[in-house]
Amino acid sequence: MKHQELDIDLKGLEAGQPQAWRAIRIVPLLRDNPIVDLRLDQRCYDNELAWIQLPDRTAYTSWIPHAFVAQWTPDDKPVPALGTQMATKPKHVDHIFFREDKKVARREAKRQMRFLPLHTSLEGYLALHFSGPPEWNFDYTRDARRYGLSPRSEVAFPAHWLPGLEDAVRRFEIQDGQVGALYFVADALAAAFVVPHPDDYRQLHRSVLLDFFGELLHQYGCAYHSLGEVIGELDHDRIHSLEDVASELERVRQDWRELLKLMASGLSTRTSHAQRVYKMGRHTLYRFLPEFKPGAENHIGEVILAQGGETAFLKTLRLSEAQTKRGYLLSSLANADWDLDRCAAEFGQSVTQLITRLYNAGFEDLVEPHAKR
Amino acid sequence: MSEQADLKRRANLEREDLITFLNAAKVCTGQSEFYGDSRGQAVSVDFLHDYVMTNYRQLYARTVAADINDFNTARVVTNLLRFPHPDLAQRRAEGELIAAALHTMPPQRSYRVLARLREHGICNRRTKKIVRDYLETRPDPKFHALKYRHQIKQLVRHFHLRTPGDTGKFLFHGHRAKSYDTELFETFRRAHYNANAIYELPYTVAEGLATRTGVDRQKFLEKIAPKLTHRERVRLQQSGAGIRGVELDDLGMIDLTRLAFYLLSRPPAERREKAEQYESALVRSAARAARRTPLQLGHVHVVLDNSYSTTGTRETHNRPLALAVAAYYLLQQCTEKFRVHWVTPVSNPLLAVPRGHTNLATPILQALAEKPDMVLVLSDGRDNDPPGGAAQVVHAFRQRLDPERRTPLFHLNPTFDASSYGTEGIHADMPMLGIRRAEEIPTMLAFARFVDGSADLEELEDYLHTRAQQFVANAKEAVA
Repeated sequence: MKHQELDIDLKGLEAGQPQAWRAIRIVPLLRDNPIVDLRLDQRCYDNELAWIQLPDRTAYTSWIPHAFVAQWTPDDKPVPALGTQMATKPKHVDHIFFREDKKVARREAKRQMRFLPLHTSLEGYLALHFSGPPEWNFDYTRDARRYGLSPRSEVAFPAHWLPGLEDAVRRFEIQDGQVGALYFVADALAAAFVVPHPDDYRQLHRSVLLDFFGELLHQYGCAYHSLGEVIGELDHDRIHSLEDVASELERVRQDWRELLKLMASGLSTRTSHAQRVYKMGRHTLYRFLPEFKPGAENHIGEVILAQGGETAFLKTLRLSEAQTKRGYLLSSLANADWDLDRCAAEFGQSVTQLITRLYNAGFEDLVEPHAKR
Repeated sequence: MSEQADLKRRANLEREDLITFLNAAKVCTGQSEFYGDSRGQAVSVDFLHDYVMTNYRQLYARTVAADINDFNTARVVTNLLRFPHPDLAQRRAEGELIAAALHTMPPQRSYRVLARLREHGICNRRTKKIVRDYLETRPDPKFHALKYRHQIKQLVRHFHLRTPGDTGKFLFHGHRAKSYDTELFETFRRAHYNANAIYELPYTVAEGLATRTGVDRQKFLEKIAPKLTHRERVRLQQSGAGIRGVELDDLGMIDLTRLAFYLLSRPPAERREKAEQYESALVRSAARAARRTPLQLGHVHVVLDNSYSTTGTRETHNRPLALAVAAYYLLQQCTEKFRVHWVTPVSNPLLAVPRGHTNLATPILQALAEKPDMVLVLSDGRDNDPPGGAAQVVHAFRQRLDPERRTPLFHLNPTFDASSYGTEGIHADMPMLGIRRAEEIPTMLAFARFVDGSADLEELEDYLHTRAQQFVANAKEAVA
C-alpha cells in the first residue's frame, strides 16, 4: 500500500472540561455539527481468538473482542438504519476456538463496512518492513532473508486491566453534543476516540474498555492513584461584580482548554506514514504510524477524514517505549537499504553497537552474530 | 487567654465532629453510591460511629432524636446496648432513648436490631427488660407475632421471655398445632390446608404461603389486593409494572419523596401521558408536607442537579434525582417566590432524566444574579465544568461580593462519600446539610445555624437535649 502524508489533528472538534477519577482524566470532545452521512455501530464477538486472513496471504492473529461497522450514504443524507448485523461462526480446531475472518477492513454490504478498531493500525505497525532484508545481504540470518520478519508479535494490555479505567468510564458524565474523548492516564495522553455523531458516542462510550493499551500506560495506571490539582483558581482582585465572576470562570475554562491542548499536543502531528485503507463516499479511512521518535509520545491509530479534512473518526494507541524503539530501528535500517554500516554511521555508532541495540530491542533472529565488526 | 482560646477551639472541633456525624447519619445507608461502593461505606460509617460514641457518649445517644435515618438509628441502638455505660443515671437515660428509638423505627427494623443482639452475645437483665418492654407495648401483639414470627421467636428463645396465651405455641409450633384459640393464628393454621384462608392473612405472610402452595401470582395479587397496606401497594406497583388489581387509588396520599421516586420509576411515555394526574398528585403531596412544617421562606432560588451522576446506582436508582424533583414541588409550596435552575435544563420536572455533565457554577451565578433571599443547591457536590468551579464561585462571592453574608447559601447533599467520612461539601463558605427526604428541607434549614457556626457547641448540645426530651416524651405518649 502506498504511503502518504496526513495531518492528524482534531480539526472541527473542541475540548470540553475534563472529568477525573483516580489517575484517569477523561476529556470530552465536542462537535458543533454532527456528521450524519457516516455512522458507526459496534459489533461484539465472543471471547475467542481471531484469525484474520490478509490480502497479501499473511495472517493477523489476536484477541479481538469487537469491531466497528460503518454505514454511509453517497450524498449528505443521513444514514437511515443502524445495527445491521452479519455474524461469523467460530471454528473449532484442536480444542482452540477461533474466529476466522478476512481483512482488517472489509466490505459487508452496499455502503457498509466493518473494521477492527486499533487492530487495523496495529497490523500496519507489525507489517512495517515485514518483508525484511534483501536476499543478497549475508549480514542477516537465513530465516530473515527468506521469510522476512515473520512472525512479528507485540504485547498489549486489555483496557479493562488498567486500574480505575472501568470506574472512570462508568462514572463519566457524557455531555450533550459530545462525539469523542481524550483519555489521560496520570496526565499522559493514552488514547483519543472520536466518532461522527453524538448518538454514536453514547452507544460506543464503553467500547474503550474492549481496546488495549501499551505497557507504559498500564504501569502508569498501577503506579498513580490520584491526580494533582492543576488549575482553577479565580483571581479575586479582578472580581467586583457577578459579571466579573462569570468572566473569570470563562477564563478558567479557557485555561483548561489551553492546558489540554498542550497535554494532547503529542497527538497532533503530520505523519508521512499514512495508508488509505478504505474509501466510503466522501469519507476515507486511513491508518497511520508515527515518525518513531524515541523518548517522545508516539501514537498509532486509524482515522476517517471527510473531504474537507474534518475528523469523522479517530482511534489511537500510544506505543510503549520498546515498541517505539523497534519501529525506529526498523525504519532506520530500511532507510539505509538494510546496510548495517550505513545505518550505524548515521547513528554515529559502530556496527557492533547497532547489532546489540537490535538484539536488545527484540530482534535476536534478524542479524547473524558474525556480522559484529 | 490562650487557655480560653484553646477551649473555644476545642468546642468548635467538637461541634464540627458532631455535625459531620449528624450529616453522615442522615444520608448513609450502607448502600453503594454513584461515586463509591458499599464496602467503603460500611468501613467509613463504622468508624464514624465508633469515634463519636467513644468521644461524645451522651450526645451520641441523643442523636437518635435528631432525624437520623433508620439505618443509623439501628446502629446507635446496637452500639449503646453492646457497650453499656458504667454510670447508672446515664444508662437510664440511654434506656429511655433506646425504647423511644425502637418504638419510632418501623417494626421490621426494630425486630431485626433486637434479634441481631444474639449475634453479639448480649443477654443481660437490662437488655431483656428493653426487649420485653418493646414486645409488650406493641399495639397488636398477636398480629406482630404472625407477621414477624421468625424474629420474635428468636427473641423469645434468646432472652427466655414468657409469652401470653397461645402465642408461644404459635411461635414454636406454627401450623402443626391442633388448633388455636386466637382467631388470627387459627386462620394461619387453616391457610396451610385451605387455599381461601390465605387471603385473610396479611400480605407478607400470605405471599410466602401462596408461593409454597403454587397459587398463580396474578390471581393471588388480585385476591389479596384488599389486604394490602398503602406502602405495599406502592412497592408492588414499582416492582412489577402494571399489576392488575393493585392499582393505586390516590397517589396524593403518598409521602412526597416516595411519590417522586415512584413516578420517576414509571416509563417516560406513561409519565408524559398522565402528566397532569401525576403533577397534581405531587402538588397535593407537597402541600401536605408543607402544612406539617409550617415554615414560609421568602424569595428562594434553588439549583437542582440532574446530571448523569443523579442516576445513583443499582441499589439507589434515581434517588438523587427523585429528591431533586420532590424538592422542586415542596419548595414551590413553602416559598413566597421561587425559581429553579436545573443543571441540565428540563421542560417539566416530572419528565426529568439524569443526563449530561455537571455545570453547577453557571446556575449558581444565575441564581445569585437575581438577588434572592436564599440560594439552595441540591447536588452531590461534584462538578466538572470547570472542575471545582462551583466552589470557586461560592468562595469568590463570599469573599468579594457578600462578606457580610446577607444572602444565605446552603448546599443540600443526598449522597455519602466514604473517603471523606461524610457528605462532600462544595466549599466551606457554603454550609452543607445531609438530606434524606425532601420533606426535611424546612427542618434542615432550621438546623443550619449549627452548621455554619453561628450557633456554638453549647447551643447544639441544648438543641440535642431538647430534641431528646421531646423524642422520649412523644414515644411515651404514643405507647400510653
